[in-house]
Amino acid sequence: MTDDHGTAAEPGAPLLRTPLYEEHVALGARMVPFAGFEMPVQYAGIIDEHRAVRTRAGIFDICHMAEFRVFGFDAFDALQRIVTNDLHKIDELGTAVYTLMCAPDGGVIDDLIVYHTGDIEYLVIANASNRDEDAAWIRTHLPETVEFVDESDKTALIALQGPEAIRIITELAGGEPPARFHIGEARLDEQVPVLLARTGYTGEDGVEILCHVSHAVAVWRLLLSFGEVTPCGLGARDTLRLEMGYALYGNDIDRTTDPISAGLGWTLSLAKGDFVGRDRIARVKADGPTRKLVGLAVADGVPRHGFPVLHDGAQVGTVASGTFSPTLEHGIATAYVPVELAATGTSLQVAIRRRTVDAEVVKMPFVTGTSLSPK
Amino acid sequence: MYPADLKYDTEHEWVRIDGDVVTVGISDYAQDHLGEVVFVDLPAVGDTVTAGDTFGEVESVKSVSDLYSPVSGEVVKVNDALDGAPETINDDAYGAGWMIEVQLSDPLELDGLMSAEEYEAFIASEA
Repeated sequence: MTDDHGTAAEPGAPLLRTPLYEEHVALGARMVPFAGFEMPVQYAGIIDEHRAVRTRAGIFDICHMAEFRVFGFDAFDALQRIVTNDLHKIDELGTAVYTLMCAPDGGVIDDLIVYHTGDIEYLVIANASNRDEDAAWIRTHLPETVEFVDESDKTALIALQGPEAIRIITELAGGEPPARFHIGEARLDEQVPVLLARTGYTGEDGVEILCHVSHAVAVWRLLLSFGEVTPCGLGARDTLRLEMGYALYGNDIDRTTDPISAGLGWTLSLAKGDFVGRDRIARVKADGPTRKLVGLAVADGVPRHGFPVLHDGAQVGTVASGTFSPTLEHGIATAYVPVELAATGTSLQVAIRRRTVDAEVVKMPFVTGTSLSPK
Repeated sequence: MYPADLKYDTEHEWVRIDGDVVTVGISDYAQDHLGEVVFVDLPAVGDTVTAGDTFGEVESVKSVSDLYSPVSGEVVKVNDALDGAPETINDDAYGAGWMIEVQLSDPLELDGLMSAEEYEAFIASEA
């Protein structure tokens, strides 16, 4: 199996298991190493799981992701200087915002969702592969007055996504979940205490359910008790997110890419005051980036991470993320290309092993008309 | 799962023998391991294939595999229907999911292939 971003934390290090490992094995999942964990890449099949999420509802074990809690009177000011977005957008309790966290040179350390979970308290959800680096980075940038707790080991995270997701969680929680990009407490089946975050990574409406690891199996089984819910692996998670053009850390963004070139300027607030990386990012914005992350539609074959992108026979970039789109039924990819080749409609090529195939720069998201698409 | 009238190679292709022309495809084990096939690249009629060399590739959403020819000879027929419906390989690996027909240049090569029973034992030893 080729897994584009299933890099283990350390070669040879024993793989970790989420609290749902036994559930996956019982469901016949194919397990692969990913970010140091043994994770399900698929159950019945990636395409069926993908379509289940686009048409009904799917659940994903994302317990591998990192959860940090940051609290204290100076928590807001400290976080505001660490992340790129303006945390005043989540002044209201129970709101959430997608943001980047950058190095002084403007390189992306991670992409995060920050939730305002309580008075002087924030929950940060980060990529599993970046857990230790993120924790170290945030800790060194917090004053002593702010507490930082890495709660990843005791926090389970299960995503329920799809056009049927809200109806299902409303039934399970005995009431409607929080609004989009909001988070709130709930009790599933009148028993299991959880946090419901109305966020996700699929382009469909839905929630990400946080609970203590000891309740993970109960939540998973409650969700699966709905016949219309399909268990989905990392394979479908990747095809779903790429159809929406959502960035994947390690493929589309990393320490060598800046937010402007990545098309993530909307996650920046240069006006909010100083933050780590601001000067360098502001300069890229003022000068204009030399390269841009674009979407590519590929008619023939499946483009994958690292494949050369060509223009008139000369290499002008490499594929950042690539897959087969189950919705469009052809290959799709992202790639950093020179700005002069970044316009929609530009004809490029992708070298897919022995063949060179035509690719066209297209607007992202690749797929529209999902339950979250603007009507 | 592994029809007894076919021969198999260690790269999980099967051949159905009809005189000195054989049909080639991939085994049920191979299609299951690969996942839903979304793309197939096959040679053209008239191309030459060589035992042990690649003759094409087959891709699923997550992975790609080279196809290794179990025999040598000239491609006399190609399953063009797979172009528009590559998932046929998953649905009917030994039937409609066939890939190419080869006019054998060295029929003795067939002796080096495995029977269904031997192939099943081979898979078990690989797992």
